[in-house]
Amino acid sequence: MARKPKRKELFALGNEAVVEGALLAGCSFFAGYPITPSTEIAEGMAAKLPQLEEGVFVQMEDEIASLGAVIGASLAGRKAMTATSGPGFSLMQEHIGYACMAEVPLVIVNVMRGGPSTGLPTNPAQGDVQQARWGTHGDHPIIVLSASDVQECLHMTIAAFNFAEKYRTPVILLLDEVTAHTREKIVLPRPEELTIINRTIPTMPPEWYVPYEETMRGVPPMPPLGSGYRYHVTGLTHDEHGYPTSKANEISALMHRLFRKIDQFFYDIQLVEEVETEDAEVVVVAYGCVARSAKLAITQARESGCKAGLLVLKTLFPFPRTYVEKLARQCKKVIVPEMNMGQISREVKRVNNGLSRVVTINRVDGQIITPGEILKKIYKD
Amino acid sequence: MAKKKGETIVTVYPAWCKGCGICVNFCPGKVLEFDEHGKAYVARMEECIGCGFCELHCPDFAISVVAKDKKDNKNNSEHKDEGKN
Amino acid sequence: MVETTKLIHEYLRHSKKFPHVYCPGCGHGIVLGSIIRSVHHLGLSKDEVVLIAGIGCSGRMAVYVDFNTIHTTHGRALTFATGVKLANPKLKVIVVMGDGDALSIGGNHFIHAARRNIGVTALVLNNNIYGMTGGQSSSTTPENSYSTTTPYGHLERDFDVVNLALGCGANFVSRTTALHAQLMDKLLTKAIENPGFNVVEVLTPCFTQYGRKNKFKNVVEMYSWYRKNTIKVEKYKELPEEKRAGKIPIGVFSDKQEPGFEEKYGQLREKLRSKK
Repeated sequence: MARKPKRKELFALGNEAVVEGALLAGCSFFAGYPITPSTEIAEGMAAKLPQLEEGVFVQMEDEIASLGAVIGASLAGRKAMTATSGPGFSLMQEHIGYACMAEVPLVIVNVMRGGPSTGLPTNPAQGDVQQARWGTHGDHPIIVLSASDVQECLHMTIAAFNFAEKYRTPVILLLDEVTAHTREKIVLPRPEELTIINRTIPTMPPEWYVPYEETMRGVPPMPPLGSGYRYHVTGLTHDEHGYPTSKANEISALMHRLFRKIDQFFYDIQLVEEVETEDAEVVVVAYGCVARSAKLAITQARESGCKAGLLVLKTLFPFPRTYVEKLARQCKKVIVPEMNMGQISREVKRVNNGLSRVVTINRVDGQIITPGEILKKIYKD
Repeated sequence: MAKKKGETIVTVYPAWCKGCGICVNFCPGKVLEFDEHGKAYVARMEECIGCGFCELHCPDFAISVVAKDKKDNKNNSEHKDEGKN
Repeated sequence: MVETTKLIHEYLRHSKKFPHVYCPGCGHGIVLGSIIRSVHHLGLSKDEVVLIAGIGCSGRMAVYVDFNTIHTTHGRALTFATGVKLANPKLKVIVVMGDGDALSIGGNHFIHAARRNIGVTALVLNNNIYGMTGGQSSSTTPENSYSTTTPYGHLERDFDVVNLALGCGANFVSRTTALHAQLMDKLLTKAIENPGFNVVEVLTPCFTQYGRKNKFKNVVEMYSWYRKNTIKVEKYKELPEEKRAGKIPIGVFSDKQEPGFEEKYGQLREKLRSKK
């Protein structure tokens, strides 16, 4: 019997795992600007992309330009990404809105550091969660993912590309400095083990192509530039042909389709991991590096006979409300530890809506939340 | 380009003309003038030397200058083009 | 005789409303005509041309013409163009920007695109003003002139687009005016064909927002001003220093054929792959 080839193992940083994940997902274009603590992603891409047949790495003059180039490359048919951290992420906001409006698939990795402003360049934080959701101006849907260990960095990067391509939307992967700079063993999946999704391209004759057509799925097919499907791309509110419009019915149709294409696939997008939640009376809801502290905390709590469970959020937005609501109904207490003043706990409280008690643990001092701190809240009434 | 007078036909499409006056003011033969609606019209076709300035500089693509003999040929060849397509 | 206007009509989007949105006499329409003639002259197909525009009056141009068109964000057209060109070097990328677009908010991208020598054509439609937002001063508004944000006269100095582009190392640097359409056709044709970063500055009058506030009676007078004050760069160089004041040289200022960034990147890829 032929044995399957052994999977390749690496001793890698979270940032390096992002590079591996991106390449496995089919990413062939990276534009970025150096910023701590995300720089290893750019460096990894700079080394690996030119070795690919069509790979391109370009260091742009700033983060605005980086995302601009990524949008251009994606319009030209590439799977494209950039990586940054807080201040750079702030600069990218305008182009995130453009990518939402023009429905350009792309991935942005934001390795969160302490803020606001220059803040704590080398310390972890989770302060960009609501910015990732609402940072760009105007009402818009978006997909935000997170990862809590190095192996997950790889898988969530692939998931980010898959969602971006499937739903023609920018996807933001939020990491934190701890996850990005932890070095541990990861296993590279074999390509045949992965599901890789590519954007749908139009197959009708070009003259029948309606670039922003209303369809059941809500995600119009997207041709690469130069393939015969000439159309107009704009950040202006547009009609289904892509031309600017100020007609109320056309504006409404576009806006509702943009939301619908994400909303109606909510169950496909909400990714979580449940740990010992079946009978849990206390549930910790965590994401990023804090989820690892929480894992140890609930293990210790279980050892001492306390029915504690953990919900790890891998998708942050659209907020995985069905899981949170189910657990809020079942348990007495929900604990939300996070390294900000309460950005996800706000969402948890909204969904919880009085079903159980929500307790928050917040740290904004550049230190991670320890298992002990979480354990203390689990035991405390 | 024809250099002799009277060998060209100048057409203004009034629907697209915004009456900016570039053609009226810069035409070396003073071929064009404003009509009562403020749009350019061909007042002295015979003075046209076919330099094409008005056509190149009409910001609204509202003027065409064609050679007289070409115009006749064009009418014939238009049908041929249709056949090709 | 080339039936210029009929040719242009073939390249316009027939689903769009004409005449276009520009004010009477605005040079932007002349530039659009020139782009179309240049593309046609080079025998390029509509599919291989990508027209990328920024925000402002010039940004509205992209929607009218039947190429692949991208209407980007304010000042960032060159960043999109960099991505497109690197992703698919076969495409001919033409970027249309205004002066505020290219040099104020987009100044950083402009200088770096020139330095990087990315293979795109950068058209700067310089009308010395922010037209669409109602006539505010831009980085090319001449000193002492009036705008809605400099009601007592402009105190700052203005950019010289050509010298800026030369300083940043652009391959091809040129200037024309909307009155010099034949020169514009020549420069654009050359720029689209040339490798690397190619700049064509077009002085184009904005009577509505600039001319009226600066003692021009009508748009035709602004065109006449171009005729009077521009001079071929070759002749300009022969002028003694004291006679150069107030004269605007037009023509070609730099004509290099250095390979574009995307070309060099392709060579790097080949080199790395041949080593394997």
